[in-house]
Amino acid sequence: MARGHPSRGASGALAAKAWAPLAPFGAWMALFLGVPLVAVCIGAFENGSGAFTLANLRAATSGSYLRGFENSLELSLIEAVVPAIFGMLVAYAVHTSRGTFLRRMVVTTSGVFSQFGGLQLAFLFIAAIGGQTALVSNWLRDIGIHLYGNGITIYTFAGVALVYLYFQVPLMVLVILPAFEGLRASWREAAENLGARSWEYWRYVGVPVLMPSLLGSTLLLFGFSLSAYATAEALTSGTIALTSIQIGSFLNGNVIAGQENVGKALALGLVVIIAATMSVYVLLQRRATRWLR
Amino acid sequence: MSAGVSVTGPEVLSGPGGLPGATTAAGRHRKGLLYWRGRRLRPWRFAVLAVAGAYFLVPLWAAFRFSLAYNGTGWSLEAYVDLGSQQGFAPAIWLSAQLAIVATGLELVLMVPTAIYVHLRLPKVKRVMDFVTSLPIVVPPVVLILGVLAVAPEKLKATPFLLALEYVVLAVPLSWRALDAGVRALDVHTLVDASRSLGGGWAVTVLRVLLPNMRVAILSATVLTVALVLGEFTMASLDLQQTFPTWIYVYSQSNGHVSVAAAMLSLFVTWVVLVGVSALAGRRGGREIALV
Repeated sequence: MARGHPSRGASGALAAKAWAPLAPFGAWMALFLGVPLVAVCIGAFENGSGAFTLANLRAATSGSYLRGFENSLELSLIEAVVPAIFGMLVAYAVHTSRGTFLRRMVVTTSGVFSQFGGLQLAFLFIAAIGGQTALVSNWLRDIGIHLYGNGITIYTFAGVALVYLYFQVPLMVLVILPAFEGLRASWREAAENLGARSWEYWRYVGVPVLMPSLLGSTLLLFGFSLSAYATAEALTSGTIALTSIQIGSFLNGNVIAGQENVGKALALGLVVIIAATMSVYVLLQRRATRWLR
Repeated sequence: MSAGVSVTGPEVLSGPGGLPGATTAAGRHRKGLLYWRGRRLRPWRFAVLAVAGAYFLVPLWAAFRFSLAYNGTGWSLEAYVDLGSQQGFAPAIWLSAQLAIVATGLELVLMVPTAIYVHLRLPKVKRVMDFVTSLPIVVPPVVLILGVLAVAPEKLKATPFLLALEYVVLAVPLSWRALDAGVRALDVHTLVDASRSLGGGWAVTVLRVLLPNMRVAILSATVLTVALVLGEFTMASLDLQQTFPTWIYVYSQSNGHVSVAAAMLSLFVTWVVLVGVSALAGRRGGREIALV
């Protein structure tokens, strides 16, 4: 082989060498994320003895498991739309405030609430409103609202929805603040110099620029809420019919014989829904960053 | 129209103030707006911040009050003082600490060289890395642990080792963003060329040039990983390990006041550390740590 004319094989070896340092990371992700995921996907189509079957999918999409999906989707829809609106308002209020102190506090606190404390937050709410004599229950009774008399407790769907807001709103604030910061002051000044009123600025400039970020963030919230487990588990001791809780119950040993792999079918369903949501999120995010450079 | 007409209070003026320079079109909009120290006051802003503040502070306050009512005789901090001597607390905290140390160590060993190498040699791969590193967000932890327990060898199941390996995966999105931002803020090529032309080998270049420049990024990645490990409940409980969060959950059956105190404490400690790191990152002129 002539020197200076590396063969195909040699350049392939060069490329392999260039990629080699990424091998540990790639191997780790493949082994500890990829393999388990593939196992879930394959297992969803296997019966107890490893033969192909669609029975798991059928079971996962009927009866109480179908209800689990319905509840999860309904909960996540609420937990996407309400925190998106409220979080956007909070983010805008923080964005328009002078100085960086409030902003830094809000960002850090939002990070703690949305990323690191699903279980702990459940306990905050149990202490606040979890019983007839809890502080907030007392306050509400003083103004004439008898929560427990009406059968509303923190341990039901409504309660879980209330507590989820506690990490969903901060998550929205975290993801939407950069979008507000991408709105340049010069755009507003230009609009005002052209005679636009405040609502006209928002109607024709602000909202259109923010729209991809807003929609994308809403989808992110949707996915985040679907995959949440700790808060609902801690609040309801695993009794609420949400898909993530039902998947967990397969690992807690509550399995009917012959249904061992239904949990994997549920997991597959959840991953498919979240993956679809996140794909749209990524597309929207890409569109949004056009303006945020 | 003068400031003296204002009857709403000494500091609230109706009239000029506001943004300098925006005199033409903005003049029309100013009518009816309130000003405070030359700044427009927006009532909705206060309303939003007040509602948000109430929603987020009331449960914290209530939980704090609840944790103070530990022994039923008035208020005391005993729930916090006694925390250390509660059944199972010390082993749980120790297990969580070990997991945090091991997972963070592995995380840094895995991600720091990867981040440096990608920026230095394979910038084209950055997009792919952004995608791959966000996959752990897409996969719910409960699904991941289900898959892991389905394929893990029997020896690893229901052990903390399994958790440590998986926590490295869970922390990848957070650590990648911190490290990526840290490397991006550096002029890696110039630093490397300078070091190499002065005779530094690769080891010297990485250890004595690049790493010291990435201090804050590495600290951010460390803190985020530790916070994640100390707060993670789903995988730990389904892998049957009694870490700090699972202990909080289990112990709530025995004494709710102690569990609430532990939950408060862990949130507070996480918050304080993150405030510290973000202040450090801010002072060094970098962007704040990216959490999402």
